[in-house]
Amino acid sequence: MKLGGIAGFVVRRLLLGLLVLGLVSIVVFAATQALPGDPARSILGRTATPASLKALRDQLGLGGSVLSQYFSWIGGLLHGDAGNSLAAQEPVTDLLGDKVVNSAFLVFCSGIISIPISVAIGSYAALRRDRTFDVSTSIATLVFAALPEFVVGVSLVVIFATTVFTGFLPAITIISPGARPWNDMTAMILPTATLVLAVTPYVVRIMRASMIEVLESDYVEMARLKGLPERTVIVRHALPNALGPTFQVIAINLAYLAGGVIVVEYVFNYAGIGGALRDAVSTQDLPVVQALAMLIAAVYVVLNLLADVATIIVTPRLRTRL
Amino acid sequence: MAVTSDIAVTPEPEVITARRPAGALLRSSLRLWRTRIGVALVVLLVVVALFGPFFAPHGPTDFVGAPNTGPSDAARFGTDHIGQDVWSRFLWGGREVLGMAVAATAIGLILGGLIGLVAAYSRNILDDVLMRAMDVILAFPQIMLALVAIATVGPKTWLLVLTVGLTTMPRVARVARGAAQPIVERDFVAAAEALGVPRLRILVGEVMPNTLSPLLVEVNLRLTYSIGLIAGLAFLGFAPNPNGADWGFMIQENRLALVQQPWGVVLPVVAIALLTIGTGLVGDGIARAAVGIDRSRGGE
Amino acid sequence: MSTPAPALVVTGLRVTLRGTDTDIVDEVSFSIQPGEVLGLVGESGSGKTTAGLALLGHTRRGAEISAGSVLVGDRDILKLGLGELRRIRGSVVSYVPQDPAASLNPALRIGTQVMEVLETHSFGADQTERRDRIAEMMREVALPDAPAYLRRYPHELSGGQQQRIGLAMAFACRPRVIVLDEPTTGLDVTTQAHVLGTVRELAALHGAAALYVSHDLAVVGTLAARVAVMYAGRIVELGSADELFRSAAHPYTRRLVAAIPHLSGRRALVGIPGRAPSPGSRPKGCFFAARCTLVQPACEEAQPDLRMVGDQHSVRCIRAEEVIGQAVLASGAADEIAAGAAGEAVLSLRGVHAGYGELTVVHDVNLEVAPRECLALVGESGSGKTTLARSIAGLHHQRTGEILLRGTPLAASSRGRPREARRDIQYVFQNPYGSLNPRRTVGQIIRQPIELFGGVERPDAAVAEMLDRVALGGRYADRYPDQLSGGERQRVAIARALVCRPSVLVCDEVTSALDVSVQAAIVELLAGLQRDLGLAMLFVTHNLPLVRSIAGRVAVMSTGRIVEMGVVEHVLRAPSDEYTRRLLSDTPSLETATA
Repeated sequence: MKLGGIAGFVVRRLLLGLLVLGLVSIVVFAATQALPGDPARSILGRTATPASLKALRDQLGLGGSVLSQYFSWIGGLLHGDAGNSLAAQEPVTDLLGDKVVNSAFLVFCSGIISIPISVAIGSYAALRRDRTFDVSTSIATLVFAALPEFVVGVSLVVIFATTVFTGFLPAITIISPGARPWNDMTAMILPTATLVLAVTPYVVRIMRASMIEVLESDYVEMARLKGLPERTVIVRHALPNALGPTFQVIAINLAYLAGGVIVVEYVFNYAGIGGALRDAVSTQDLPVVQALAMLIAAVYVVLNLLADVATIIVTPRLRTRL
Repeated sequence: MAVTSDIAVTPEPEVITARRPAGALLRSSLRLWRTRIGVALVVLLVVVALFGPFFAPHGPTDFVGAPNTGPSDAARFGTDHIGQDVWSRFLWGGREVLGMAVAATAIGLILGGLIGLVAAYSRNILDDVLMRAMDVILAFPQIMLALVAIATVGPKTWLLVLTVGLTTMPRVARVARGAAQPIVERDFVAAAEALGVPRLRILVGEVMPNTLSPLLVEVNLRLTYSIGLIAGLAFLGFAPNPNGADWGFMIQENRLALVQQPWGVVLPVVAIALLTIGTGLVGDGIARAAVGIDRSRGGE
Repeated sequence: MSTPAPALVVTGLRVTLRGTDTDIVDEVSFSIQPGEVLGLVGESGSGKTTAGLALLGHTRRGAEISAGSVLVGDRDILKLGLGELRRIRGSVVSYVPQDPAASLNPALRIGTQVMEVLETHSFGADQTERRDRIAEMMREVALPDAPAYLRRYPHELSGGQQQRIGLAMAFACRPRVIVLDEPTTGLDVTTQAHVLGTVRELAALHGAAALYVSHDLAVVGTLAARVAVMYAGRIVELGSADELFRSAAHPYTRRLVAAIPHLSGRRALVGIPGRAPSPGSRPKGCFFAARCTLVQPACEEAQPDLRMVGDQHSVRCIRAEEVIGQAVLASGAADEIAAGAAGEAVLSLRGVHAGYGELTVVHDVNLEVAPRECLALVGESGSGKTTLARSIAGLHHQRTGEILLRGTPLAASSRGRPREARRDIQYVFQNPYGSLNPRRTVGQIIRQPIELFGGVERPDAAVAEMLDRVALGGRYADRYPDQLSGGERQRVAIARALVCRPSVLVCDEVTSALDVSVQAAIVELLAGLQRDLGLAMLFVTHNLPLVRSIAGRVAVMSTGRIVEMGVVEHVLRAPSDEYTRRLLSDTPSLETATA
């Protein structure tokens, strides 16, 4: 029955996520197709001939009513057809396929490094509350949380790729056509480090706060007064309860990584969706922009769903309330 | 609700001096050194951004020498990728970033604060509708939505301010709602309801003053991100004025010549870093002071 | 009288704020025999929990044990290292916490939580023996011992069941000493009576020395033969429960006893003015001197020592002999309380139902309150009494039936009611910590209804007068709520309710968040105001004895229905309803304690 509860919960959240994605698609569509002016003219500029305007309008699916435009676009997306890129004149899906993999790998590397590290640092800082480790962690996380990721990225390049250790690490990540990012891991170091530095502070802070709250709780005091060894108190009584709220933040930050890659990939010329998006925006390649926006939003929705499920699993009280 | 628990350290009601809500909070946060450093950094960078142009030896787009030359008498920090004076462009380049970030944060704060408070106080379907709408905007990373808008309209100042403001809004709304939710459940709100105090007066007079400290923290946080975001967009090449001086844009134009002439990148990077660290420190200081004050207030 | 060796001897216990010389608790000494329950009574902030926790060598954050000894057998707990301390905790000395819901780990099954005590202390030879012990413990605390039950999570248990799990864990390893920290706070009287019974049996059965920490003299009296009274971090009196209740030797104990409402015999309650000095601001003389009516210069010279005034009776007062000689303070001197409707009802309820969504929590309530009359509405938590009170004030909107003010039906929501009706019915909330806006001054808070309803020519004067009436004085107008004690806050809330001269006052559990001495003062104040201002009052409470001190008539509510209503004297002496009878017999009181 409990499992049924969780399954039911997942289905409900899935439907809610689909609803959000539907609304997101409307926002994306509205922002790209329905903004003031004629997209075709704004893309081609004043010198456009009526013939080229008409050709572009057809390509963008600008014929017919707004509603039918929307449905033909969303229908295409659902069939894996995101239209043709305006700049490259080839299907968006072909264009982005490899880049999605490259970006996913970058996000994966960053997540797999930053999450365990930050959970460990946050918990340890909570245990050493107000001691040197905690205070210095607090200042470091504060500083890195405040810094925009491109500032971190550029600073890392200045420090490790140019001046003192010239040539120590590659300043840009070159992924030759047909190659995969994991073929050259040294080129992954700086982009991954940048994203890790951008994400870790948040998770550290929430983990510390959550752990402190749990350590101050009556049930942890009770566990100590029962004479349990400190290890048991922390591992069995404190950690599971502190992790619940942290899952949400981890999910938000993984989703944030999906946004953070845009700038970081540009800093390192990394061949991923971030760089592709940046180029598509500057060339006003609307089909590519739309596809990427939907992709990133979908990643966000899925991650949030996973976080909700994870929280439910570690919190029995929420489980029975389903 | 065990009110009879006797805590080891009973708070001394007499020693609390915190009175005027926001003022007291700022004063007590200034007792923390991190807030002081933060304020000093912010003041320094704001002065540079606002008054820098008056001290710039050259105009932002004057050519003073060959591209990418090192520091010399003519150009204190050398020239940039097309031969403009790095120092002058740096002094000119803060206004736009700062002005846009402040404007965007203000939009986000006002709209988000309003939506969050109304949602928390309404406690009905309106709450759900407003917050689900906020969730939709939250489904994008902030930079993503800004890029989508730029893709269609181009990097116009109003558009950047508006999109950054509108994407800040749901984040502020969440915080405002979270802060207001326990407050609207408190009995003093019920007491005002029983007396029949008009809803708007309850919202403004009873609820809002009690959400000031989290909102104050949030403003600083959002300002920090807005600065980073707007500078980041410029770094991607989307500054409203492609030839104008802009810290973010400077980094992007000069980064290819990083090895020959690092100053064109280092100066704006340091400026943005110090500015965001400054606002971050101020926010953290206020947050810590607020926790201290709330604790000495003796809980719920 | 042969005395076996005591199981626990505490001497000169001192707990200070960490790194300072400011004591929270000092000079605490007592001993407990095996199988004996010693009551440790004190009001909030007296240091009773701090003293209790110190018996396990534990302090809360920011405090440290700086002197004294806690001997269990010949072992001094306070001299043990952390490892040894761990072995002692839960096995030799165990603890039952105040809030069972918060003290059980929400993420672990209850069986696991009980089992880990046994495992940690290697109780029993193997898992089978431990499982048998758990089953035995579950039966002793009157819970099911089925494995399925042990697989439950804490939130799947009621408050009483959670506290029984707490007791099972505490007694599992057959400890020699057990510290119970207000384990029945927050439980309704019936559950409380059961839990208290279990505690008494277990302590006797296991021969454990129990320290029962509580703010409630009546509860302690029903359980403990000997009682220690704590005030401002010191034990001020220690003696048999009987002596303490009948002939206390310390003025504070006297006043405390006088503040407790009695089930029999009408009495006015007398509160204790002022508040106990907190750590760091304690005078060099007797800590009670500032509030004592018997104070003389010698009292303020030096802290009096604890000295014997009887066989097993010691006290920290230089004038103890005179105190013992005094008659019991001002009892029975209560004014006659009007019982019965004097004239047309000002507030009437006809067939009122109220609920939340599908759930109806108030069923078909009919009652009337006459002018100048106080009707008490008594019920346990969950009886629907607060929902009913909020419906009257227009704060609970989902209700049917009629609520009439002087014959005129009122809308369900306060906003739907005419201005005059909103002014005429006022409401005082349970928790004074939540009902005053922390960002407004006392003056602004009391002025709010004046500004809304008008009709007062000089608002400032009206505020000052109201502050005088609630015995605070005009100088309080500029203070903020967080500068006030709980009792003072509740006075401000009463002032706000009365400043616009309502004719009906609804008081919802207004004293349940306060200490007994403060409760007495508030009830004293409300009774006086009700009489002087001719208010019709509905006094909602869970505290049956309190009813006698304020109300003329009482309505008893159970599971949403009024099961009995009548003149207080009759209902309390000869209850006609089964539920009322049970409530009366389960309510601990000084009379039953010392009988």
